[in-house]
Amino acid sequence: MTKIIDLPDTSYVLPGNRACAGCGIGIGLRQITAALEGQMVMTVPASCLTVFGGMYPISSVEVPWVNVAFPSTAAAATGLAAGLRATGKADKMTVLAMAGDGGTGDIGIQALSGAAERNEDFIYLCYDNEAYMNTGTQRSGLTPSGARTTTTWAGKRENPKDLPAIMEAHNVPYVASTSAVFPEDVYDKVVKARAIHGLRYIHMNTPCPSGWSFDPKDTVRLGKMAVDAGIVVLYEAAAGEFRLTGRSKTLAKAGLQATVADYVATQGRFKGMTAETIADVQAWVDARWARYLVRDAG
Amino acid sequence: MSDTAIKRTVMAGNEAAATAAKLARVQVIAAYPITPQTSVVEQLSAWVESGELPAEFVTVESEHSALTVCITASTVGARVFTATSANGLAYMTEQVWWAAGARLPIVMCIANRAMAAPWNVLNDQQDSMSVRDAGWIQLYCRDNQEILDTTIQAYRIAEQLHVPVMVCYDGFLLSHTVMPVEVPSAEQVDAYLPPYEPLTVVDPDDPRNIGPVTLADPRANADGVSCHGYMEVRALHQQALLGALETIPAADAEWSELTGREWGGLTWEHLLDDAEVVLVAAGSVGMQLTVAAEALREQGVKAGVLGIRSYRPFPVDALRGKLAGRKLALVFDKALSYGNEGPICGDLKAALYGQPEAPVVFGAVCGLGGRDVTVEQLNDAANRAIADLADGVTDRAADWLNLHL
Ligand SMILES: Cc1ncc(C[n+]2csc(CCOP(=O)(O)OP(=O)(O)O)c2C)c(N)n1
Ligand code: SF4
Ligand SMILES: [Mg+2]
Repeated sequence: MTKIIDLPDTSYVLPGNRACAGCGIGIGLRQITAALEGQMVMTVPASCLTVFGGMYPISSVEVPWVNVAFPSTAAAATGLAAGLRATGKADKMTVLAMAGDGGTGDIGIQALSGAAERNEDFIYLCYDNEAYMNTGTQRSGLTPSGARTTTTWAGKRENPKDLPAIMEAHNVPYVASTSAVFPEDVYDKVVKARAIHGLRYIHMNTPCPSGWSFDPKDTVRLGKMAVDAGIVVLYEAAAGEFRLTGRSKTLAKAGLQATVADYVATQGRFKGMTAETIADVQAWVDARWARYLVRDAG
Repeated sequence: MSDTAIKRTVMAGNEAAATAAKLARVQVIAAYPITPQTSVVEQLSAWVESGELPAEFVTVESEHSALTVCITASTVGARVFTATSANGLAYMTEQVWWAAGARLPIVMCIANRAMAAPWNVLNDQQDSMSVRDAGWIQLYCRDNQEILDTTIQAYRIAEQLHVPVMVCYDGFLLSHTVMPVEVPSAEQVDAYLPPYEPLTVVDPDDPRNIGPVTLADPRANADGVSCHGYMEVRALHQQALLGALETIPAADAEWSELTGREWGGLTWEHLLDDAEVVLVAAGSVGMQLTVAAEALREQGVKAGVLGIRSYRPFPVDALRGKLAGRKLALVFDKALSYGNEGPICGDLKAALYGQPEAPVVFGAVCGLGGRDVTVEQLNDAANRAIADLADGVTDRAADWLNLHL
């Protein structure tokens, strides 16, 4: 595992971008592009990432970037890969699809499922900020239970769908779950994915100060607490072989270091959450965590 | 099929479209089946599978994805092809706009079919007419030879102008009707169609952000140079479409030098010279109108046909010139702008508005959802229009042919 001190200095993400202060996208994107050494083309649907990339004629990222319509990310990556093969340029670059949780798990899931079933040759990275942030924080299928959004004023009532599990069910060669606040975990997983052919899916939890209502200085602290609470779990399933990674691997031995109650107390979006809902979510988290431990053990 | 010789054969319209895509040496094909387009996809898939066509064939899960794959494959420099009909075209509408706005030279065949609801798989032109404003060139074909020739021409036009082209042909009436077609040789097509040179750069050594958010106003780049805003981008797109008014006839003329076949460029005509009554339509109904015009002539009416080959761009000047001094233009639309009138009829009226020698324009709606259109009905419609004109009528509601309410 790469140590944080050994991560490459080269950055393809320029110092200025249009994201909010404290946005987790930049931390993640910097490692993703570095892991691919810039030898890539990325495709991006409507999302905060589009805004991050800049407005014509100024761009914040020094890698080829193809903007596409909101539902179409996985098909767009399919077309890039097919076009590069057809024109003899496939060896020159890795195709990266990068989309939000809404673009991936809701409106884009059909294209993603199709591409996964066909095992198209690209990396799909979903950055999960747990709502439609670009349009001002509406619920997505990945918004956690209890979170208030502008379409769930009383707090969302359902748990999020488990997208990495959905992708595993497609039998793609590589599925991973990571968090933008663990740069070395993101980096290692993208490096690993880069060497694999076929559809590689990486799910990256990405704290969002604006949508979650917390102080931008706390992005990393909150992201880490989500992992310590077992709400976000770092793992990978390479060719079906499951293993916990990084901090989650440590927690498997040491036990979870935070509770759902600790975590929700840090964010304005959970303000109205009742003790009962918190207990329900805790039970849901505990059951999931137990299943991960079983899988990790072998 | 050997590619080295010109071959005379018989084929259905869908096979003509697939054959053209093959001759154009398309590199990426992505399509999703829908009646009556399906056999285009099946044919191309079989050729890719057998190795006869060295291309990527992507079996996407939807039309939205079919056109998306074409969009990004074209962005990296591949020549691409897709085809669809009706609900498939509607389903990909978001990407129809994207393809045009991104200025990608995609060629898409449309086997024209009625829109649901209610379900109907038969022919009219409501599908492609409904996306006439999306910024694509739209060419309508009369027969299967024209489908083949136009699809090849479409690549040349698209790649010159960086504008996508829809090649529209009537479902079943052409897509599934077998007729004689001359297949050009690979040499002929190669001579006509140089390899695709993309404008888009996808290269890690020269990174670009393609299709980013573009503001209303021009904006300076990092060097302080002012770059286009959204409105300038759209004005350039319109310029390209209007430029097609020259590119389309030129592409047709050069094709004719190679093959001896010429399709009229923007419009085509039959017995138009001295015609006082002009029957106007796009697609295969135009062929029926030629028979109707001949019958009207036997009846003593100086009738002729003006066919629309290029519906977008709309050949305003050509239509004005060809219709100046006529008494009546009767437009047969196989589509409707609900709450208004047939799209070609409305566009023609707009084109002729204020022209000193413009004819009276009447509309007729025919063939919706595959309702049979006979020459006899076309004739009757013409006679009704002529009678109305004789009664001093200059404006009237569309005449719906063969309607039984
Ligand atoms: C077809 C379509 N529907 C809706 C939208 C509006 N829209 C743009 S971004 C977005 C939400 C994006 O959410 P997500 O994918 O989670 O990315 P985020 O903005 O949270 O980073 C929506 C609803 C659109 N662009 N296209
Ligand atoms: S809304 Fe959230 S995800 Fe979007 S740019 Fe701001 S902090 Fe980042
Ligand atoms: Mg989101």
